[in-house]
Amino acid sequence: MSFLDYFINALFLQAGYNSALVAVGAGLLGLAGGGAGAFIFLRKRALVSDAISHATLPGVGIAFMLMVALGGDGRWLPGLIIGSAISSGIGLLMVEWITRQTRLTEDAAIGAVLSVFFGLGIVLLTIIQTMSSGRQAGLENFLLGSTAGMLISEATTIAIAGALATAFVFMLRRPMTLVAFDPEYAATTGINVRHIDLAMMGLALIVTVIGLKIVGLILIVALLIIPPVTARFWTNQVGPMIGIAAAIGGLAGYIGAVFSAAAASLPTGPIIVLVAFGFFVFSALFSPLRGGLASALRHWRFQRRVHRRQGLLALARREPIYDGFTLRILRQSGMIRPDGVATLRGKTASQKAAHDEARWAMARRILPDDSAIERYDGLTPIEDMMTQDQIDEIDRVIAEQTGAPA
Amino acid sequence: MSNAELIAEAGKIVDVAAKDAPLTVRGLTVSYGNKPAVFSVDASIPAGSMTAIIGPNGAGKSTFLKGTLGVIPRLSGEIRIFGKPFHEARDRVAYVPQRASVDWDFPARVIDVVLMGLYGSVGLFRFWRARHREQAMECLDRVGMADFATRQIGQLSGGQQQRVFLARALAQNAEFYLLDEPFAGVDAATERAIVAVLKDLKAEGRTVVCVHHDLSTVAEYFDRVLLINVRRVAEGPVDTTFTAANLQETYGGRLATTHIDELRLA
Repeated sequence: MSFLDYFINALFLQAGYNSALVAVGAGLLGLAGGGAGAFIFLRKRALVSDAISHATLPGVGIAFMLMVALGGDGRWLPGLIIGSAISSGIGLLMVEWITRQTRLTEDAAIGAVLSVFFGLGIVLLTIIQTMSSGRQAGLENFLLGSTAGMLISEATTIAIAGALATAFVFMLRRPMTLVAFDPEYAATTGINVRHIDLAMMGLALIVTVIGLKIVGLILIVALLIIPPVTARFWTNQVGPMIGIAAAIGGLAGYIGAVFSAAAASLPTGPIIVLVAFGFFVFSALFSPLRGGLASALRHWRFQRRVHRRQGLLALARREPIYDGFTLRILRQSGMIRPDGVATLRGKTASQKAAHDEARWAMARRILPDDSAIERYDGLTPIEDMMTQDQIDEIDRVIAEQTGAPA
Repeated sequence: MSNAELIAEAGKIVDVAAKDAPLTVRGLTVSYGNKPAVFSVDASIPAGSMTAIIGPNGAGKSTFLKGTLGVIPRLSGEIRIFGKPFHEARDRVAYVPQRASVDWDFPARVIDVVLMGLYGSVGLFRFWRARHREQAMECLDRVGMADFATRQIGQLSGGQQQRVFLARALAQNAEFYLLDEPFAGVDAATERAIVAVLKDLKAEGRTVVCVHHDLSTVAEYFDRVLLINVRRVAEGPVDTTFTAANLQETYGGRLATTHIDELRLA
């Protein structure tokens, strides 16, 4: 079976029990990661979750040693998850404590905790490698993730914890939104900002420990951050952003796991991250809301409108036009002849523009508090933004002042 | 503290008249590191008043407000809101922070920010209903921002952002409003709109406290002043307290006498 055949089979969960299990597990993990990550991204605490994930490693090592010492199987996943959760919880509290109690900034605290815990973890893993039962442990797979040999009980663990994290996100969506946007105001409404921050990081912790097996601890932070950053391109609201982030995370997890199962020598974590990055690049370029192409197009159109308006106003005032771009636009739209003289159409349009400009100028004087004045972009005709009654009033005052009949 | 209602009871000062006043502060001290930003400040805000907190830059005006509301921890001092500790009277208070304190590129529309003012009244699990949106729209209308309801907040001007913050506080339907520099860097139209809303609040019998920096408008907008420069310099009605002598003491040499003369003082 070729790679492509296998990939397509696996995509539809037809490539065997294990691949299906991993794909579904990775999808659920991505879903939970995207949802929880949305708030971490909005609170600008991405690096804290990186410290949390690196701080899991000593816990994995110690849990393995303890379980072996007690005569059990050192690779029992729930045991390893509990160990990693405890050690990353300690790491999180240390970052919090250093930031609050010393004058060190959060990034310094993160750097210290992340590297010390990770270093300790690597030492422990090296010791385990020398133990007789450790050689086959495969604990190094927790660094970058692996799809090999997943058990149904492990997939169930991921599913339950993922569902728990998602429910948590739903319940805390309002306080977390408020704390991310405006922590001082949140505090006055009775929200305990510190507790909400810890809950938010608790969510990151849950995602990290259930992601150890599939994505690995080094790259799990990508599953928390890339989906919300990607979702931000598509929406200006928190609610939809969480949904889109969860969907992108889920898809990246699912597709990445399938891909990695089809090419068994590739570690799962990096592949999932690269798939998520693919979504990011696509969104950054093509999102109609905040994507690069759409912004460039909007900017280009606006620039054309500005030049057209300036050109027409210059025509109305019989001023010479020197700007090459303005001349080109006026020529293209048939407002002026190639020699620069205004056409009939150009004359009409320029008089209309000048009239509109005069009306806006009067509107600013007599209706300064009208919301249309605030929303005016300098180009939109007044008929589109004010009521006929207002415009009649404006025309009446203009007529009064110029002495001409209304 | 000139009134004779001050009595000593078991060695503790009790202000009988101000017992259930919107705000009573005794000896509030807040410090960043080991340098007090606010030192042992007393204040007593009567119901239905409009008070300006005035003082030079770095005098601890905003810190006083935040210390009062427990946004930042206080070193010492006793705070009573309507005669109760803040956490028991929270529902009766609305705070408007400085608009520069938040990231306006946050994914929210104008109406979403105003709805944040209703978080307290809608449960954890429930979704927004039509009546919540109507309430939020009414508040936006009061600050002249109803046409902007679905705008992304990043597209607003400074003055518009300030009005959205005020609308969010209005949605809380509180009895006591505390605003941190609501007129800082806003356009004239916004300033008019905000003053009108604040005067309406006062007319409805609510209490307003503003950190304020423009001495030339104090007499026009407010009826009471609290002059702070780390310590409390003076507090009372504009007529008797907003005087050249008190201002000189608050601002020290930083405020030229000629400038004081130009102010519409009592």
